[in-house]
Amino acid sequence: MISVKNISKSFSGEKVLHNISVEFEPGKTNLIIGKSGSGKTVLLKSIIGLHEVDEGSIIYKDIDLVTMPQKQRSVLRKEMGMLFQGSALFDSLTVEENIRFPLDMFTSMSDKEKLDRVNFCLNRVNLNKVNHLFPAELSGGMQKRVAIARAIVLNPKYLFCDEPNSGLDPKTALVIDKLICDITEEYHITTIVNTHDMNSVMEIGEKVIFIHQGHKCWEGSNDEILKSDHKELNDFIFASSFAKKMKSSIDQASS
Amino acid sequence: MKMLSELGRYFILMQRVFSRPEKWKMYYRQIIREIDSLGINSIGIVIIISIFMGAVVTLQTRYNLENPLIPLYLIGLTARDTMLLEFSSTIVGLILAGKVGSNIASEIGHMRITEQIDALEVMGINSACYLILPKVIAAVIFNPLLTLLSMFVGVFGGWLASVTTGALSSADYIYGIQYWFVPFYVSYSLIKTVVFAIIITTVPAYYGYHVKGGALEVGHSSTKGVVASSVLILLFNVILTQLLLA
Repeated sequence: MISVKNISKSFSGEKVLHNISVEFEPGKTNLIIGKSGSGKTVLLKSIIGLHEVDEGSIIYKDIDLVTMPQKQRSVLRKEMGMLFQGSALFDSLTVEENIRFPLDMFTSMSDKEKLDRVNFCLNRVNLNKVNHLFPAELSGGMQKRVAIARAIVLNPKYLFCDEPNSGLDPKTALVIDKLICDITEEYHITTIVNTHDMNSVMEIGEKVIFIHQGHKCWEGSNDEILKSDHKELNDFIFASSFAKKMKSSIDQASS
Repeated sequence: MKMLSELGRYFILMQRVFSRPEKWKMYYRQIIREIDSLGINSIGIVIIISIFMGAVVTLQTRYNLENPLIPLYLIGLTARDTMLLEFSSTIVGLILAGKVGSNIASEIGHMRITEQIDALEVMGINSACYLILPKVIAAVIFNPLLTLLSMFVGVFGGWLASVTTGALSSADYIYGIQYWFVPFYVSYSLIKTVVFAIIITTVPAYYGYHVKGGALEVGHSSTKGVVASSVLILLFNVILTQLLLA
């Protein structure tokens, strides 16, 4: 469980996050949605501690990340896995070396054990025979899957995904979504996904938080989101004319 | 005011760089990689530049030396002392600031904008220490070797020029390079090289590490890193010369 309490964040005097409070539950895929520039990534990076918040607290297992000493933060971060928007794989390392990197850094496993673990994680994300390829030789979807494999290699308790579907076709995006959802349930981890992809919201959004201009405006599940009468949320979800028609048919059916 | 703020940020970064590594084995591997990337790959350019500079210094000294009372072997001495005192440390330092400095700034800058540095931080790794410390150690170990190589090759270049052009005899040149040799000049040059190695690696790394934006900003950071490290090399050259030779 991660509890975010009244956090605010500003850059050069401009407030980007306003007094946000939310709880992220373990074993669930928690989604943060909102328009580009709404503050989703800043919120996610603040939760991880990559941005220092101006005020508020971020509680991991009863300990506040904001006041946590750097050493303790480093220990906590070993329990985190993160999938970045652009995958953030290390260019100079092969797929195998990328996934093995956290094992090399933090474990005393033998080379055989490390290789077994790498292959297990690659199998888990449905990738085979890519061990010796470099990230530049992989497609966008494969890079995301390698990044997921790297994120889960140390059995994290928390998984953070920043726009995991950006740059992917809808079908591959669904594969990635399903993978994130399955891993969350399988390992009972707390997963937070930043997205503005409505397919993801409807597919895996067990808990959804809507951010608008740095404010938390709405919270609910993917079932509730279509029935909401929140103006900004509806403007965001039903932005296209196709979606607007769908909304009006939903409204007609419910009335 | 901005300069003071930059200086402060530089020292804050250095505090993170010179901290205890998470796992020495991984850092050792990185140091070997950096020695190859920053040091071994620079051997070629150091040899080429040193050999030509040694040759040019010898020829220019010969053509400017018209007084028959001055013995010709002093040309060898001039070539040797130029290489030892200034060229092999300072000029090679400036050349490496361009070659290695731009490499470091653009590599770290690229890692910053593609979130690879954030990925290291999320893993609980001190990214500044992991990325910069091996470069500093590699340069501090390998740059003095490059300086020594430059000294030998430069002096050899001078001999080659004098023999092939007939500017002075081989015997005169060899006598000249042995005449009034001050061993401290080598130590002085190596001390300067170590200081320059720290500048060449940490200053561009600082600019790369703090890049914000995209590819264009990475290019700007690379240029800023090279310019700042070159100016600092020249400044510390004066300071160290005053401290060590005065």
